[in-house]
Amino acid sequence: MTSDEPFDPMRGASAPAPVVKLREHIRLAVVSVISLTLLTGCIFPLVLFALGRLLYPAQAAGSLVTRNGVVIGSRLIGQDFTRPEYFHPRPSAAGTGYDGASSGGTNLGPNNAKLVESVRQLAEDYRRSNGLPPDAAVPIDAVTRSGSGLDPHISPQNAALQVPRVARTRGLQEDVVRRLLADYTQGPQLGFMGDPRVSVLDLNLALDQAARLTAR
Amino acid sequence: MRWQGYLIFLALVVGLARPVGLYLARVFERKPTFLDPALRPVESFLYRWLGIHRAREMSAGVYALCFLLFSAVSTVGLVLLLLVQRWLPGGPADRYLTMPMTADLAANTAISFSTTTTWQAYGGETTLRYMTQLLGLVSQNFLAGAAGLAVGIAFIRGFARERSATVGNFWVDLVRALLWVLLPLALVGSLALIWQGVPFNLAPYTEVHTLEGGIQTIAQGPVAALEFIKNLGTNGGGFSNANGAHPYENPTPLVNFLVLLAIAVLPASLTVTFGRLTGRPRAGWVLLAVMVVLFVGGLALCDFAEAATPPQLANLHVSGGNMEGKEVRFGISGSVLAALVTSNGATGSYNSMHDSYQPLGVLVPLVNMLLGEVIFGGLGTGIYSMIMIALVGVFLGGLMVGRTPEYLGKRVGTHETKLIVLYTLLTPSIVLLLTGLAVATEAGRAGLVTNGGAHGFTEILFAYASSMANNGQNMAGLSANSGFYNATTAVAMLAGRFGLAALALALAGRFGAQRHWPTTSGTLPSDTITFAALILGTILLVGALCFLPALALGPLSEWLQH
Repeated sequence: MTSDEPFDPMRGASAPAPVVKLREHIRLAVVSVISLTLLTGCIFPLVLFALGRLLYPAQAAGSLVTRNGVVIGSRLIGQDFTRPEYFHPRPSAAGTGYDGASSGGTNLGPNNAKLVESVRQLAEDYRRSNGLPPDAAVPIDAVTRSGSGLDPHISPQNAALQVPRVARTRGLQEDVVRRLLADYTQGPQLGFMGDPRVSVLDLNLALDQAARLTAR
Repeated sequence: MRWQGYLIFLALVVGLARPVGLYLARVFERKPTFLDPALRPVESFLYRWLGIHRAREMSAGVYALCFLLFSAVSTVGLVLLLLVQRWLPGGPADRYLTMPMTADLAANTAISFSTTTTWQAYGGETTLRYMTQLLGLVSQNFLAGAAGLAVGIAFIRGFARERSATVGNFWVDLVRALLWVLLPLALVGSLALIWQGVPFNLAPYTEVHTLEGGIQTIAQGPVAALEFIKNLGTNGGGFSNANGAHPYENPTPLVNFLVLLAIAVLPASLTVTFGRLTGRPRAGWVLLAVMVVLFVGGLALCDFAEAATPPQLANLHVSGGNMEGKEVRFGISGSVLAALVTSNGATGSYNSMHDSYQPLGVLVPLVNMLLGEVIFGGLGTGIYSMIMIALVGVFLGGLMVGRTPEYLGKRVGTHETKLIVLYTLLTPSIVLLLTGLAVATEAGRAGLVTNGGAHGFTEILFAYASSMANNGQNMAGLSANSGFYNATTAVAMLAGRFGLAALALALAGRFGAQRHWPTTSGTLPSDTITFAALILGTILLVGALCFLPALALGPLSEWLQH
């Protein structure tokens, strides 16, 4: 480079900067936007794509779970369960519920009557399906909708209240289900990040697995 | 338990500020760094290829002009890309793209991404092709972020230099910000995110057969390319509608923690860079201390509001904090920390729905944005937001002792004061005028499709505060994809980006031309606790004077209602 003379960029120049024509500035703006877009919007993603495929292929593909050769879900994306023999996820506002192509929450304000009424209704349904008395405290995650509508987790308290129902419909000892639940309860990551949680899909898969083993 | 996470986060931000700040200083002083062997050849190639004269300095005016031209060309390019994106090859399939890319939405989106606002009046997975996300949005996350950092460095040079007619070379600062800061960090950070589960594929949306025999469609895409840089560049626009709440964008608490660090560390470190380049390290630490105090105050209030069982649900027998719109894996602490960091850091990548926050909970991010994001702030823009309000404090201090106000040896004369006052008044005038306009017109009120009353007012105020602060987060109950909101938020985004930057650069030019006045017994020292208290008081005073009436109509009256 010819213009690479010694130069202190923090001292600046006492003489006014040389006048450069506006056209030159515009030319630079156009070529730099195009070139740097290629660098950051094309080369960078390609490098990352290659590295991701090489190092973490399963995660890059979306952490999909297969059973008997069929893709049955993603480990990260919540899916809906309504049958009594499965643990139920949180209510969802994504599309018509757990729509993986249309994420979102209710966006209802805290004082909105619709929110209060829907929580009342959800709590009633939750108590009924789990055989709880009408004044039993319900864990709040069971009656509120997540931000994404695709929350794959529930709180351990929520899961614990569902154990009797799941055990009864499956004809299992409550202790067996409870032990499985304990196995699938994750603590905070690295001890301090996030809340304790249970992956609903993982737990239900494990239940089905256990059922198949007993059947055999 | 929650505070353990908060404190570890803050300790990391403050602990990293010094090494990272000194590194940034070296990068923009063009001193050797450990990355030079790999990056110098790329840098030289780019200068040759683009025709950049690296030793050619620019006046503040020309610097601002180049910044403006660069952003204008970016905007035009992005508009064109958005308008033709339906004809681009690759996923997702047409049937999923249900939101039409109208001309006003394209213009709003392009302005939004080229100003680092990344306000989104659309949902990503129902609107955009993968190609658009990569070529249009990922690239602008880098470029607009780097341009902001360049302007911040030029502003610092105004204080560092004396009797200088110039503030640096925009193109050189831009290229160095990209090569030495954003690209290497984004590469490492994005890989860590893929490891934790953020997908990067170009596959069609997956149809899965659920355990109960249903079909669930799961949106896919090159999510990881966007995820880290959107935070590092303090942009924040999500790949999908739910942004950082979506499990593909933010799958684990560790990812959440890492991206929040990515938002806060560089802007916080710029206080150290500022101290280094001006030769007054303690002045930089004072600024950082003010930021941390304000941060902790907001955190305490937001945590208090969200961790309690919602009072509205008091007689429904539910237990736990306000989880409406929040994800179990983050819980209250991970959600509140994200609300604080994203609203301070000019980054719209919220991981919980602010529309469902308690009135005092949402008050905190709203006030953070209205104050101009002085706590850490946007990449590059945060440092001048903070110093501008510090200069208002210096001016007030000067009035009290009856001397010409000075800051770091630079005299704040009549002309400088005018620039500072204009800067301080631009945000309240734009935000309040546009909020008033929206509330007074049918077109504005038509956006209130989910909530009404005081909460609806908060949604509108929040939208303009976010656009003006180039933040981009929203209370998503406001239906913002209309001609009215696309036009008015664009006005706020442009004023917040270019109006404020132009005033900051003009001030830097004037300060750079001054000599460094010697410190005398009459100088107000800028590196003491008293000075920190003065800045803190000024921030709260100016904020309260400008915004208390509006806040009283919104979150405060909502708080009194329940």
